[in-house]
Amino acid sequence: MPLSSADFSAIWLTLKLASLTTVILLVIGTPIALWLSHTRSWWRGPIGAIVALPLVLPPTVIGFYLLLTMGPHGYLGQFTQWLGLGTLTFSFAGLVIGSVIYSMPFVVQPLQNAFSAIGSRPLEVAATLRANPWDTFFTVILPLARPGFITASILGFAHTVGEFGVVLMIGGNIPDKTRVVSVQIYDHVEAMEYAQAHWLAAAMVVFSFLVLLALYSSRKTKAGWS
Amino acid sequence: MMIRASRLATLIALFTLGSAHADEVQVAVAANFTAPIQAIAADFEKDTGHKLVAAYGATGQFYAQIKNGAPFEVFLSADDTTPQKLESEGDTVKGSRFTYAVGTLALWSAKEGYVDAKGAVLKENDYQHLSIANPKAAPYGLAATQVLAKLGLTEQVKSKLVEGQNITQAYQFVSTGNAELGFVALSQIYKDGKVSSGSAWIVPGQMHDPIKQDAVILNKGKDNPAAKALVDYLKGPKAAAVIKSYGYQL
Repeated sequence: MPLSSADFSAIWLTLKLASLTTVILLVIGTPIALWLSHTRSWWRGPIGAIVALPLVLPPTVIGFYLLLTMGPHGYLGQFTQWLGLGTLTFSFAGLVIGSVIYSMPFVVQPLQNAFSAIGSRPLEVAATLRANPWDTFFTVILPLARPGFITASILGFAHTVGEFGVVLMIGGNIPDKTRVVSVQIYDHVEAMEYAQAHWLAAAMVVFSFLVLLALYSSRKTKAGWS
Repeated sequence: MMIRASRLATLIALFTLGSAHADEVQVAVAANFTAPIQAIAADFEKDTGHKLVAAYGATGQFYAQIKNGAPFEVFLSADDTTPQKLESEGDTVKGSRFTYAVGTLALWSAKEGYVDAKGAVLKENDYQHLSIANPKAAPYGLAATQVLAKLGLTEQVKSKLVEGQNITQAYQFVSTGNAELGFVALSQIYKDGKVSSGSAWIVPGQMHDPIKQDAVILNKGKDNPAAKALVDYLKGPKAAAVIKSYGYQL
């Protein structure tokens, strides 16, 4: 077998991190996206910009600030120490927080687009039929925005799998806790173990291609040329 | 048009004249040698008129880049095996390899008075994280694991080890306080003959294999006088004084 047990535990850890991050992002991203798609508040611009920041910031910037904030002298670090949890750097929980921030726009933006596309008309109709906001969300918004949720989940998951810089800066390369596939590949290259690096790297290419293939094939083509 | 053409010719002449005297040398420098090479570069440029352009990183990474055509002309490695490997693979100028420094390992904390002069703090086990450089890729990381084995602490610290990808990151984890302790290169925390911040145990050299750091001229630097000049300069007394002042042996 070309992959070692260390490689498999890195794969397993990566899948765990990406799944958990995606679930958390769907839970907190949905209200943010709903608000962004319907509000007329002045805050829409600034909040939208903050959510989109990880799209343009180098992961080193996010990783560097997380390292300082989560550290024993940072705000978050002092808070978690006060709670008796210690600090979050070098822990799986720390990676989850980093990934949630890093992959946020990849979940919020597709959801926001889907919610905007629904428009206000179906919601008004639901209201006239005396649906309460929860009913409206589960019976009107959720079904109509289904493609948006699928896109958001796939992109959030895939982007977290592809995460490297943030993990490198706050992870500490601990087996089964913070050594994800991208870091494991980097390790193999640094240690001149090119054969192992190839196997894992090729697996990543195939995985990413399949994910994107699923994503683009699932989109219904509107009136096309052919 | 004539005027422009002649101006261009003058410019070209100026550039080529300039480079006839002062050449530029591209150097790949092991991360632990960052501070010393910056001090040496200033003297080297003043004394020889050549220009030194340095890139800092992990030795394993430089190996991959050099094998794939990176434009480096001189390689200051963190170990002696990587330059040997490059030499046996025909990527270096024959006979140019030499040991420019022998590294010293230090157990360091950013906190004053935290590390005692004998490193007993390691055994007390009163810390959450011990930072080391990746032992598979960085010689200082390998030396750190040898020291831990010698102290019989390998099992005890296993759950507390955090790895930086290179010695700079191992240092960064400690300097930001995320790890209370870490094995770093003495050169990172040492200036003018003393530890410049925090507290440290300077690990005796016999506790690990010597960290011999070799330099070599790469094939790309074969015909560059500045590459040869830099290697000669590193062997000279002025560079030796700087190298020693950062805690290296020679």
